[in-house]
Amino acid sequence: MSHHVVEVRDLSFAYPDGTEALKGVSFRIEHGGSVALIGGNGAGKSTLLLHLNGYLAATRGEVRIGDTIVTRETAALARRAVGMVFQDPDDQLFMPTVAEDVAFGPLNAGLPADQVESRIASALDRVGMAHLRERPPYRLSAGEKRAVAIASVLAMSPDILVMDEPSSNLDPRARRRLIRHLLSFEHTKIIATHDLELVVEVCRHALVMDDGRIVARGPAVEILADENLMLAHGLERPHSLRHAHPSRP
Amino acid sequence: MKVSDSFDIGEMDDLGRLDTPVHRLDARAKAVATLVFIGVVMSFPRYAISSLTPFILYPVALVSLGRIPMRYLARKILIAAPFALLIGVFNPLLDREPVTAIGSVAISGGWLSFGSIMFRFLLTVGAALALVACTGMNRLGAALERLGVPRVFVVQLLFLHRYLFVVSDQAAKMKRSAVMRSSGRPLRLSVYASMIGHLLIRSMDRAERVYRAMVARGFDGEVRILRPSSFGWPDTLFVAACILFFVSARVWNLADGFGRLLTGGVL
Repeated sequence: MSHHVVEVRDLSFAYPDGTEALKGVSFRIEHGGSVALIGGNGAGKSTLLLHLNGYLAATRGEVRIGDTIVTRETAALARRAVGMVFQDPDDQLFMPTVAEDVAFGPLNAGLPADQVESRIASALDRVGMAHLRERPPYRLSAGEKRAVAIASVLAMSPDILVMDEPSSNLDPRARRRLIRHLLSFEHTKIIATHDLELVVEVCRHALVMDDGRIVARGPAVEILADENLMLAHGLERPHSLRHAHPSRP
Repeated sequence: MKVSDSFDIGEMDDLGRLDTPVHRLDARAKAVATLVFIGVVMSFPRYAISSLTPFILYPVALVSLGRIPMRYLARKILIAAPFALLIGVFNPLLDREPVTAIGSVAISGGWLSFGSIMFRFLLTVGAALALVACTGMNRLGAALERLGVPRVFVVQLLFLHRYLFVVSDQAAKMKRSAVMRSSGRPLRLSVYASMIGHLLIRSMDRAERVYRAMVARGFDGEVRILRPSSFGWPDTLFVAACILFFVSARVWNLADGFGRLLTGGVL
């Protein structure tokens, strides 16, 4: 059985104060897919992401990871399959050193010490941050923090990577490095972002959200090139799609 | 440069990663020795001063062998000094009974106990800061946990230390932006009140997001820490020697004895 498939059916969610954040969201992402979740602030992107690992429980509808419906009982399984990289690395890096932070997930999964060690080494190596092992996370640059946050999730060897605004606060070089890493990951990827140029480079498909609903879906380049659609939902057509690029079909 | 750098809390972590004989000692050994030290210093009667003097050796040894800059530590001790001052400041007013004299100047019990409080403060806070500086907060946390301190408490301590940087950064940025819009006038008290309120609410939001990130990586209420440390014979020796010294300095007035020895008296 594969955990790589994500299926969301008729998902609705209201916060305790009555705000309806999701109003019947449905989509399916196949193994190895890379999907961008785009939409204005408050469209419901982050709320949707928090359902994928069972942190929030839907008021209606369901989320399936592989063959498993995510519930309170199966949340632990979902959290092992779905690696989530949050928007602010300071929220995600809370241990005293980088190595301990990367070890946090594997230790919680009950892995023996030697395996935890090899997970730390390979995850940090994967994002080019092996030299920062013993440093305290709060003294890293924004780009380093982001890379370490990604390593801390990779160390759990998830099948699906979910990221909320992975390129925010990054300088161009760090952003470039992030894009290179994202392209190298074979995981199923779901990326919520306002960085539409990143979507053009990294994602094959795009879902457009507005007011708790998915209002458009399709190949990322087609969706992003649809100027009227983009403008109608508080987005814009990325510059790279405004004129013909010989390399792009 | 980060705003938190100006508070130089981070320097403590840099010091904690030095490699000296004191740093190489097991964190548990240093924690136990320091706790016994604090306990013994606190157990002296209230007018004690001269009998306390030998205890200065312990923090001084940690600091010099651990290559901790004295000035850095002194600054930190000064920050905490007002608390001790407040505790002792009324003693000279309340207790005016003369108990001893230096030359012809009578010294009241109040001044003596005030001096004793300040000296004990210097010793205990100095030792505690030296302990953190030559151990590092995370190793100290792991040591406390293995010594049987409840894990919840240890985790709280580590989190407090970790997010001190983030919150102080946030506070400093908030203050900076308020100052920039205040046309050179000093900030009103109500502005500070509002800032503190915002800081509290933001911290609560942050706590929620941190918890969310922990849960996403399989957190189940138990923090598991990697801790490669071992308790060897140098550690045992260190603890034994420290306790022996503290106890003998408590039982006998070593300063007095040393003085009499020098002046040809009998012990």
